[in-house]
Order: sequence, then structure tokens, then C-alpha cells
Amino acid sequence: MSVLLEVKDLTKNFGGLAAVSNVNMHLDDNELIALIGPNGAGKTTLFNLMTGQTVPSAGSITLRTDSGVQVLNGRKPYKIADMGLARTFQNIRLFKELSVLDNVLISMTSKNKEGLVSSLFRLPAFYKTEARLVKEAMDLLKIFHMQDLADTTANNMPYGAQRRLEIVRALATKPKILFLDEPAAGMNPEETAALTATIRQIQQDFGITVLLIEHDMSLVMNVAERIYVLQYGKLLAEGTPQEIQANQAVIDAYLGGGV
Amino acid sequence: MKRNLKYNLVWLLIAVVGWILINVLEGVGIIDQFAETTLVLIGINIILASGLNLIIGFSGQFSLGHAGFMALGAYAAALVTQAMPTELGLALGIIIGMILAGVVALIIGIPTLRLKGDYLAIATMGAAEIIRIILINLKITNGPAGLYGLPQLASWSTVYVLVVVTTVLTVNFIHSRNGRAVMSVREDEIAAESMGINTTKFKVAAFVFGGMTAAIGGALHATYIQTIAPNDFGIMESISILIIVVMGGIGSMTGTFAAAILLGVLDMVLQSFGALRMVLYSLALILIMVFRPKGLFGTWEFSVKRLFNRKKRAKEEV
Repeated sequence: MSVLLEVKDLTKNFGGLAAVSNVNMHLDDNELIALIGPNGAGKTTLFNLMTGQTVPSAGSITLRTDSGVQVLNGRKPYKIADMGLARTFQNIRLFKELSVLDNVLISMTSKNKEGLVSSLFRLPAFYKTEARLVKEAMDLLKIFHMQDLADTTANNMPYGAQRRLEIVRALATKPKILFLDEPAAGMNPEETAALTATIRQIQQDFGITVLLIEHDMSLVMNVAERIYVLQYGKLLAEGTPQEIQANQAVIDAYLGGGV
Repeated sequence: MKRNLKYNLVWLLIAVVGWILINVLEGVGIIDQFAETTLVLIGINIILASGLNLIIGFSGQFSLGHAGFMALGAYAAALVTQAMPTELGLALGIIIGMILAGVVALIIGIPTLRLKGDYLAIATMGAAEIIRIILINLKITNGPAGLYGLPQLASWSTVYVLVVVTTVLTVNFIHSRNGRAVMSVREDEIAAESMGINTTKFKVAAFVFGGMTAAIGGALHATYIQTIAPNDFGIMESISILIIVVMGGIGSMTGTFAAAILLGVLDMVLQSFGALRMVLYSLALILIMVFRPKGLFGTWEFSVKRLFNRKKRAKEEV
């Protein structure tokens, strides 16, 4: 396995606060990695740095692509998404007033650009591509058992379904790496169990790398091959679930030490 | 593929029947000169409002500068047709107006579309004011007096055809991949950006598209009314176009059509009330907004496709 995404000495300062400082990480091909840490540890900031929503103060992020290793920092989020990094959001950010199908189709836009002439005059090619994309989107929805919801307005779906749609929408961009920001937040144990199975299935079927932020330790220990622990913006530990569970520093961080 | 052809043919049929209907009514004398003017103004308002609806309702950017683009189209058409009072001159005037409005929209849009909501509204309003002030101060536009005695080249048929063409193009754009990208910007800019959508590009595209259609509306206004002055294109004009969009339903082209027709007819009927006219007009607006706060149609659209599918389903159930 070789390194797909590499983070070197990544730092982000908000005024005097170092939200992320000198973080080094690497994500390899087809890996399922979890990022954990207490509230305010800087996990989401780290996500935002990697996907381009936030610009790093120092350090570098590089991605291995077909045309060599490319630097990601300083690029616009849509360019980074185009290069194969897709994400979900901690607070759901669906295209609320649009249908489930449209939510998925929008994610396919960047890989299926169209000219102005085609969109204005509806040449036969327009219908052909449109039919192909709808089929692809429906196939993707089927995997998540959401094909019957295709015409539903995203906002009218139950919470769990909205979370699932966020994942489907991210997968529709055909990513190399999928970033999941607390996908199990607000879910009950059954929903979490189903999600755990889904995440595993995604990683295997799509052959992609998954980086997961999660507070639910049963989920994390169940699916993650490798875990990074973040505290006060610094990397506290790295290792397999067994190593992390036995790590004294991690136990102290979570339980307050001296227990 | 065949089914799409059927839907498109039905739409074509509706457009042709509408044209024949107006022709016949005019022949029998039900539509007189006064009613025809009302129809033309309704048509122009449809063109203006559907472009603004694309900007406000579909890309979610609040623009108060629509009259500025309308002015560019009007003056371009007026100046070209003065020099060349033929049908070709009209076509040329419209095209030049559209190009001019498109370029200006691009120049205005790139810096101002970083702003949101009220801030964007004020910036676009300012841009339209700049256009108006330039028109007042230029020699070629005859300053504040404006241009008059223009050749009347646009007939109601011209307006009708252009309403159909701009509507078809706008609706096609909205229902394309590019159109969906535009809507994703309205729904959630951060999420759209994360899904690979170049949000700036699509915002500017919608703004330029809307500006160009406004130029068509302006050109028709100039060549039908035959008189234009910079003050015709002030903030009040932008607001009256906005009223049509809001009343019809922000994000509904069907609503824009209905509101433009309703307000046009209302305006015509109220002509006989004299000074009371504006009071009654405003009262009607207030009542509609109280009882239909999301506009007449909300975001609902009339769709031939859905109509057919419903019929088919009804048949299957029987």
C-alpha cells in the first residue's frame, strides 16, 4: 500500500489559538481510518483544511494523482473535490429544497460538464447524457436502499435518511477519499449498527479510502483499521484500535487522567 | 426520446394556439389598440421578470439592478434602429444590447457576487444607478430628455415570439446540469463547493444570463413605446420587476407568467379609477402577499410531462 494523501506539519492558527498544530498524517490506498479526540480537539478544522474550506497557516497537504503528486493547500474547495476528495458535514448540509435525485445529480456535474449550447437548445446528446446520469444516480441510491425516495424533497426525509443521502451525494462525485464528519451523530444504536455495515461496504465495494470523525467508540473500534487521536490541535497517538485502547495518554485524555 | 419529442410538441402547440388566439381576437375587434399595448407590456414584463427570477429565485442572489440592464438593451436598440430603421436594425439592436448587457453584467457580477443578501442588493442597485447616470450625461443618448420618435419596429408578434424564445431558453437552462448547479448555489454554497461546483462561475453565469434577457425586454420597450428616457430605468422599474417575481413565487417561472399577466390586466382595469388606481393596485399587492406569502405559485411549476404521467396513471388505475 502506498501513500495517497499526506499531511506534513499542518498548522492552523485562529488569532492566538492554534486549532491545529504540526499535524502529520498519511492516508493509504483503500484504508478505513478514524480520527478521534475530545470536543474542540480540532478534528473538524483538520477536515476543513484537507478539503480546502479553510486555508492552512503552515504545512502542506499532498495528494497522489494520475499526474504525479499534487499540492492541495491553496486550492479552491471545488478543485479539491474535483481531484477526488469528497466529504459529508457534521451539521447536515443537503440541498434541502431539491429532490433526493437532484442532490445526487448535482454532485455529478463536475465530472460531466456540459456546454452552454447543449443546455440551452436540448440537443439529442443532452437527453442521452441526462438519461445516463439519472441511471447512475438511481443505481447509487439503490445501494443505499433509497431508490423509492428519489422524488422526495431532501428536507422532508427523516434524519437518518438525510445522513445517508449526504454519504450518497459525496460518493456521486466519484472520490478517491471520502471524509465522513460524525456520520453517526444523533443516531440510535440500530441506526449506528446499520451505518457501521454501510461504511464497511462502501470502502470495500468502491475501493476508496475513508477517513472518519466519530465519537461513538463502538463504531470506531469496529470499523477502523488505523486511528489518529487528536487533542488540543496536536496529534496524541496513532495506531490500531488495540494499540489505541491500551494507550495511557489516550485514556488520560478521555477520562481526565489519574483514573 | 420519443416521449420528450411529444412534450416539446405540446409546448409548441400551446405557443402556436396562443398566437392564433390573439390574432383572431384582434381580428374580431375584442383586442383593441389599448388592450394590445397592455398585452405587449405584459410580454415585456414576462421577459424581464423571468430573467430576474433566474437570478433571485434560482441562483439565490438578490439583485435590485435589473432596470440597468434593461436600459442598456433599450438604448442599444434605440440608437441602432435610429440609424437603421429596418427589421434587420431591430435584430441587430437587440443583439448588440444583449452583448453589451452581458459584458456589463460580467464586469459588475465578478466583484459584487461575493456579497450576499442585502449587501448584494445595494451593490447591484448602485450599479444600475451608475448606468442611469452615465446615460443622463452622454451626448449620444441625448441626456435626461432621452430619445423619442423612434421607429416602431416591434409589433406584438415580435414580442410574442421573443417571450416564447427567452422562456424556452431560460427553462431549458434551469433544467440542465448547469441549471442544477445554479440551484445548488442557492441551496447551500459551502456544500455545493464541496461537491465540485465552481460556485462563483455559476452565480456569474446566472447573473449574465439574466442581464442579457433584461436587455431583450429593454430593446422591445424602446422599439414599441418609441420613447425612452434614463428615468424610465430607475430603481422603481427594478422594483416593479421584483414585485412580479415575488408575487408569482420566487423560483417559479409559471408564477412569473401568472403574476405578469395578473398585474398587467389589473393595471389596465384600474385605468378608469383615476387617482385611486395606485391605491387599489397597492392594496391588491398587500392582499396577495397576506394570503399567499410565498407568492401565487410558491415554487410550483406547470409541467406537460407531469400532466401526461398523471393521465396515464389514472388510466392504469381504471
